[in-house]
Amino acid sequence: MNRYLFFGALVVLALVYPLLVQGIPVWERMGALVLLAAIGASAWNIVGGYAGQVSVGHAVFFGFGAYAAVVVYTHLGWPPIAGAPLGMLLSVILAAVIGVPTLRLSGHYFSMATIAVGELVRVLSSTSDFLGGAQGLGGPAMPRSVFDLSFLSATPFYYIFLAVLAFLLGLTWWIERARMGFYLRAIKDSERAARALGVSSGRYKLYAYMLSGAFTSLAGSLYLCMFGFVDPESGFGILISVKMVVMAALGGAGNLFGPLVGALILVPLEELSNSYLGGRGAGLTFVVYGAIIVIIARFLPSGLLSLFRPRPSKPAPKSEIASGHAD
Amino acid sequence: MSFTLVQVIVSGLLLGAVYALFASGLTLVWGMMNVVNFAHGDFVMLGMYTAVVIWTALGGGPFASVPAAAILIATLGVLSYFLLVRHIMRGPMLAQILGTFGLALFLRYAAFWYFGADFKTLPDTLVGGSFTLGGVRFEGARMLAGVGGLAITLLLHVILTRTAMGSRMLAVSEDPVAAQLMGIRPQRMQAVAWAMAGAATGIAGALIATFFYTSPTVGETLAIIAFVTVSFGGFGSVLGALVAGLIIGVVESVSAYLIGPVYKDVIVYVLFVLVLWFRPQGLMGKA
Repeated sequence: MNRYLFFGALVVLALVYPLLVQGIPVWERMGALVLLAAIGASAWNIVGGYAGQVSVGHAVFFGFGAYAAVVVYTHLGWPPIAGAPLGMLLSVILAAVIGVPTLRLSGHYFSMATIAVGELVRVLSSTSDFLGGAQGLGGPAMPRSVFDLSFLSATPFYYIFLAVLAFLLGLTWWIERARMGFYLRAIKDSERAARALGVSSGRYKLYAYMLSGAFTSLAGSLYLCMFGFVDPESGFGILISVKMVVMAALGGAGNLFGPLVGALILVPLEELSNSYLGGRGAGLTFVVYGAIIVIIARFLPSGLLSLFRPRPSKPAPKSEIASGHAD
Repeated sequence: MSFTLVQVIVSGLLLGAVYALFASGLTLVWGMMNVVNFAHGDFVMLGMYTAVVIWTALGGGPFASVPAAAILIATLGVLSYFLLVRHIMRGPMLAQILGTFGLALFLRYAAFWYFGADFKTLPDTLVGGSFTLGGVRFEGARMLAGVGGLAITLLLHVILTRTAMGSRMLAVSEDPVAAQLMGIRPQRMQAVAWAMAGAATGIAGALIATFFYTSPTVGETLAIIAFVTVSFGGFGSVLGALVAGLIIGVVESVSAYLIGPVYKDVIVYVLFVLVLWFRPQGLMGKA
């Protein structure tokens, strides 16, 4: 009961947040940025958290989404958001192309391979004239219609991002309870055991990777709609990939709300330090940022949400019978 | 074969030897305790700054900066091991990425805050001159770095495969509990591995600084090369890192010469993905 009340209060807070900070651009922007980061990290969570395949190359999909949105504007004159479905479709295809060879690799090798693929795409994008080369491409400077999503404040973006995040978390929640969720967790715990029990692990890892890629791409398209500009570094840069991993891991990977919690901590930390300290001080705040990450990894290796996990001291009666040995 | 191509291959080999040296620190830790150090590039960066500081403050050349960087980064490695890595290595793989990446940010921006963002270079005259042998020109700085890198990498390989210390480390990497029953202290051996990896990385940094720009973010670029070299060569294998480093150095130089400088990274990454596809354990890794 208490849990539902708490949860309900959080939902209400999320809905009225823009009204509370109305007229303070820094905080309006911050809310939207937290949600955008949470979309990216939650999308990563499907393959990285639930299936345990730690991709450090998700910027490939993010960049694909961002570039798809800007390319339909520069080359076809469409509003950038029209590129989002295109980006998602291409990302699903791309996920299959990248996933089939790399998902065979296990553990660190998969991570390394995704880093290499990410860097490969970044370098290629900076040599492509179609994508604006190293300078990148910009969206519409002046809004031509409401579909260009150009607003005076960040609040409309806040609600768009909130709707997308709610949909993504709902989908993840559904997967978590469906057959696929059990398969993914089985693969994460032991791929060999999962295979022995008849889970076609390769196929389900690929499904998770494709789904994750599609929503990461959507995050990229939304990023472009808000910022109106992308270059190889802000689209495909390795820091984009790493931030998704770090946010999810900080909150708790494989946990529905883990990425959101991570984003709630890291985005304000980064934004506030940039706006208040700036210049040389920015270096110092990233020192603190790094130190906080180190401390959390050291003392809470399963993420912040592991603090609220139900205590293992109350084992279900079933497991006592099943294990047969005293622990 | 033209002299230019020979020249290109020679400079690729010299560069590859340095790649091998700074990848060997990463592969040692990875193979020994299955931890990927995402702060590895930033260890190299601090090695490079050590060389810069020694030159600007004391006027010392590579013969002063190489040992200093080795000692400093080895200390940093041991400290990281005892304060951080020892605790996160039993956790999930994500905790390792989180912890070592946090360390990377910490070191990178500490350098940024202290030294500023501008690029620093050591003067050419520090390891000056060049000589010509059979029509191929050798630059002093690159020659020193390449030969130094090759020598230290081979030394590391000999220590790991031919000494009692190396055998103890191998025992710990295969089965820490069994090693402990044989009277080997796993934590001490793992700390030794971090010290050796740190020393190799520091030396590599001090050598690279003689011909490459130094900046707080240079570690990011170098780390990616190190990851590729290690996965290419097979984790835990210093000899594999050496072979992979030399191959990558030559492939980079030759493709930059034949196709164009922008595409040299593309060729290296494609080569890397192909190796992972056909031989996931790397060239010399154990399956």
